[in-house]
Amino acid sequence: MSHSAQAAIETRPAAADNLVEVEDVHYSVGGRTIFSGLTLSVPRGRITAIMGPSGTGKTTLLRLMTGQIKPDKGRILFDGIDVTSLKLGELYRLRRRMGMLFQNGALLTDMDVFENVAFPLREHTKLPEALIRNIVLTKLQAVGLRGAARLMPAELSGGMARRVALARAMATDPDLLIYDEPFTGLDPISMGMIVRLVRHMNYALGITSLVVSHDVEELAELADVGYIIAGGRVAAAGNFAELKKHDSELVNQFMNGLADGPVPFHYPAPDYYQQLLEGSA
Amino acid sequence: MSLLREIVENLRSFVATVGAVALFLMRTLAQVPRALTRPGLIIDQIHNAGALSLVIIMTCGLFVGGVLGLQGYDLLQRFGSEDALGTAAALALIKELGPVVTALLFAGRAGTALASEIGLMRATDQLSAMEMMAVDPVRRVVVPRFIGGLIAMPLLTVIFIAIGIFGVQVVGVQLLGVDAASFWSQMRAAVEVSDVMEGLIKGVVFGFVCSLIAVYEGYTATPTAEGVGRATTRTVVISAVLVLIFNYMLTAVML
Repeated sequence: MSHSAQAAIETRPAAADNLVEVEDVHYSVGGRTIFSGLTLSVPRGRITAIMGPSGTGKTTLLRLMTGQIKPDKGRILFDGIDVTSLKLGELYRLRRRMGMLFQNGALLTDMDVFENVAFPLREHTKLPEALIRNIVLTKLQAVGLRGAARLMPAELSGGMARRVALARAMATDPDLLIYDEPFTGLDPISMGMIVRLVRHMNYALGITSLVVSHDVEELAELADVGYIIAGGRVAAAGNFAELKKHDSELVNQFMNGLADGPVPFHYPAPDYYQQLLEGSA
Repeated sequence: MSLLREIVENLRSFVATVGAVALFLMRTLAQVPRALTRPGLIIDQIHNAGALSLVIIMTCGLFVGGVLGLQGYDLLQRFGSEDALGTAAALALIKELGPVVTALLFAGRAGTALASEIGLMRATDQLSAMEMMAVDPVRRVVVPRFIGGLIAMPLLTVIFIAIGIFGVQVVGVQLLGVDAASFWSQMRAAVEVSDVMEGLIKGVVFGFVCSLIAVYEGYTATPTAEGVGRATTRTVVISAVLVLIFNYMLTAVML
C-alpha cells in the first residue's frame, strides 16, 4: 500500500458527501445468494436506516461494510478507501474510525462497566490513567450511567448494557457509528432513551450513524434516510414519508406491517390438503 | 462401498481438522511476541489455569500417592523389599503418574473453563466486538490463555508429584511402618536428574497439547449453547486421548 493511502486511513480527508458507498455488491454463501447488485450510500453527518424483513442479510451487510467478510463482486468504500482490498492490519487501522453497537451490547463480561469503556483506549493509546478516567467518565455521563461505572455487565439491564456499549463505541471518537438492531427486546423507556441517544450522538458530535433495524416506527422518528433491502438488492430508498407512500407491494407490506403479501405468511410447503390425506392413509 | 466412502470422508475431515489446528497454532504463535509485552494478562491466566486448579491437583496428588503407598507396599513386601517403596513410588510419580494424571485433571478443570469461556465470548459477540474495536481476539484472548496454560501445567505437575510423594510417605512410613531412613535414602540414590527431566518434559508437552486444544475448541465453537457444550466436551475427550498417545510416544523415545 502506498504512503498516501496509508495516511488516508489514519487521517480524515475532507471528502465527498457520502461516508460509505456500497457499489454493486454481490455476495452468496453456501449456494444461497444474499446480495445481487446491492448499491447504496450512507450520507455524511446524517442518520441512515437500513431495513428489511428478517433474513434479508442486514447483518451480513454490516459485516461486509466493516470488512469482516469480503463480497464476491463489487466495492465498498469507506471515506474513499476500498474496504474490500485492505489487508488485516490496514483493516484494523480503518476500524478505529468506526464504532459498532451490537444487538446485545457484547460487553466483555470479565470487566466492569468502567473497564469496558476504557478497553479500546487502553488497547490503542498510551494515555495516562488520569486522562483515561476522565474520558471514560465523560462518555458514561453522556449515556447517563456514570453512577454504574463499577457494576459488572451481568448486573445491567438490557437497555443499560446497550448504553454502556454505546459509550464504549464512542470512546475513541469514531466517524461512523453502526447500530445493529438497537431496539430489539427493549422496554418503551429504554427504547426512548436509545432513540434520544442515537440522535444526540449524531448531531452533537457531528458523526455519521447507520442503524440496521426493522422497527419502522422508531426509525421513522430517528432516521433521515431509509433503505429497504429485499431480494438481494435495494427495494426502496428515500425519506420515510416517501417510503410510506411507495407503490411497491413489498415496501407497502413492510412499512405497514401486513402479515401476508409478497413475503408470504406460510413457509413454502407441499399442498395442505394432500399432506393431510397422506397422514390419514 | 458406502462404508469405504464413509472412511474416506472421515479421513478427509480428520486431515482438514489437523490442518485447521496447525493454522490456528501458527496464528497463535505469531502473536506470542506482542502478547509478551502485556505480562499482566498472562499472569491473570496463570492464576486462572494454575492457582485455581491447585486444590483439585493437591487433593488428587495426595490420594494417588496414598494408593501408590498401599499397593506398592503390598507388592514389595511379597519380595521382602518394602524399603524400595520410596524409589518405586517416586519413579512412578515423576515419570508417569504425575504428568499424566495432572494433564487429565488440567484438561477437566482448566481446559473446559478455557473452552467454555472463549466459546461463550464467541456466542455473545464479544470476540466480534473486539474485532470491531480493531483488537485481534487471538492476541488479546487466545494467546494469554494459551501461554498461561503452558506455564501453569508443568508447575502443577511438580506440585502433584511433591504432594504425591508426601502421600506415599504418609501411608508407607507413618502407617505401614517402612523405615523412614531407607525410604528417603533409596529414593535419593535411585532417582536421577534425567528422570525428573522426563517428567518435566512431559508436563510441558501435555500443557501445550491441553492448552492448544482448549483454546482452539473454544475459538471455533459454534456460537450456540449446544455448540459451546460440545466444544467443552470435545476439549476433555480430545485432550485425554492425545495426552495418553503422546505419553506413550514420549516414554518410548526417552526410556
